[in-house]
Amino acid sequence: MLIGKPPDIPSSQITSRDAYFNYLSRRRFLKGVAATGAAALGAERLAELVSPRAALAGTKLQTVSSPLTTTGEQLTSFEDITHYNNFYEFGVDKGDPAKNAGGLPTRPWAVKVDGLVQKPLTFDIDDLLKLHPLENRTYRHRCVEAWSMVIPWVGYSLSELIKQCQPLSTAKYVQFHSYFNWHVEKWATEDATIMWPYSEGLRMDEAMNPLTLLTFGLYGETLPNQDGAPVRIVVPWKYGFKSAKSIVEMKFVAKQPDTTWNDQAPNEYGFYSNVNPNVDHPRWSQKTERRIGLPFYEQRRTTLMFNGYGDQVASMYAGMDLKKYY
Amino acid sequence: MKRSTLIILKTLVWIGCLLPAANLVWRAVNNNLGPDPTAEIQNVTGLSALWMLTATLAISPLRALLPKYLNWLIKFRRLIGLFVFFYGSLHMLTWLGLYAGFDLGTIRTDITERRFIIAGMATYLALLPLALTSTTWSIRKLGGKNWSRLHALIYVAAITAAIHYWWKVKTGVLTPAPYTLVILLLLLARPVLAWRKRRKAQTVPV
Repeated sequence: MLIGKPPDIPSSQITSRDAYFNYLSRRRFLKGVAATGAAALGAERLAELVSPRAALAGTKLQTVSSPLTTTGEQLTSFEDITHYNNFYEFGVDKGDPAKNAGGLPTRPWAVKVDGLVQKPLTFDIDDLLKLHPLENRTYRHRCVEAWSMVIPWVGYSLSELIKQCQPLSTAKYVQFHSYFNWHVEKWATEDATIMWPYSEGLRMDEAMNPLTLLTFGLYGETLPNQDGAPVRIVVPWKYGFKSAKSIVEMKFVAKQPDTTWNDQAPNEYGFYSNVNPNVDHPRWSQKTERRIGLPFYEQRRTTLMFNGYGDQVASMYAGMDLKKYY
Repeated sequence: MKRSTLIILKTLVWIGCLLPAANLVWRAVNNNLGPDPTAEIQNVTGLSALWMLTATLAISPLRALLPKYLNWLIKFRRLIGLFVFFYGSLHMLTWLGLYAGFDLGTIRTDITERRFIIAGMATYLALLPLALTSTTWSIRKLGGKNWSRLHALIYVAAITAAIHYWWKVKTGVLTPAPYTLVILLLLLARPVLAWRKRRKAQTVPV
């Protein structure tokens, strides 16, 4: 479903199609029809019939290592990363998305890139997966609610995608829109009064920063739905809500875009929302955080400026009053 | 009600009210408090206090509605009320210890600048004199009327608890709605039932 063709990718960077589909069909077979014993049937097709939407959930991804990965941290467990989620379209309790996100239709999936760009393109998710080698990037993840995780994401720098689209010089910000469908995400309007779809945004230099990750997986596998399948943004030096999940649109704009939580409560959630222990949330201190998955007496730890990524990002904010632009 | 039935019922209410705390302790010992144990302790203690508070507020209207059958409920109000204070205390201790780390500076900032904490403190301060004067001796000492007047503070606590809850969740999140609706219903039931009682008294044939 690629409309307009991006420059060719060296074949060395593409996972062998045969190997990929061999792997997929094995996976789908095991997931979908293990119990039926219908080995003679085309496993891939049957799995599609059994569960057309979830067919790709938990598929292993071929990855390479990255110098931008965070080291020296104990990873948060897969169980906790996938059962402690803020994804309000699927309910406001942390355990709700794991229960309710099963219906998110992650195939077919397209990401539309439009606004102030030379090449407005629409990328099919399977083309996005092949645009650049997928890297293992472990990042600290700091929620504005003062809890944190360490997550081994899989993806590549968002800049790789942006370069393909050639934004105009008038483009100063990127706005992301998440998937929204009232029928699939009925909790979005039952549990909260929020304007959907979810919107987030970054300044151009923030979007181009190599740390900003276009993310397809975690723990070496495709993203579980509750973590923002099939593709999301991860901005590790900002509070978690800046990292939009399940994105369907990227729009290049000239002015600072409307973003969901900033619209909802501007005094609590700034547009920048860089992790900053010196600027309290009105309702709690941001000096410390609770690490997820530890006993209650070991959870508390000091929050780092820019979540510990100051070396890579602090220069972007030189001269800015971060108390004013929180 | 027979004395033996009362003892059995009281035992059951005790066990029921202790369950959330026992469950927390059991899960803490087994390191099974979920991804965010600190938040889990805070949520369970807070919600237990809230719902037990609604239970104590439900007793008077239920008795007024069905005086013949539910009069005995009054024997359980003090017990449940003290559990409200118990869970409220655990809730506050969790904030002091696991959130503020017993750091005086953090506690001071929280109390002076964070409105949801102010509302929570107000709730606790409203509950404190009720717990202290819960003994039969206090009722006698204060006199029934004064004691009742003091214990009207439970209405204040119910409302500030709801405010605390709304100010704690994010703008636009509706989780406190069920508690708020039940509280409003129970508070509104009082004037309505009093009015009904007055009207009945007036229409009694001479």
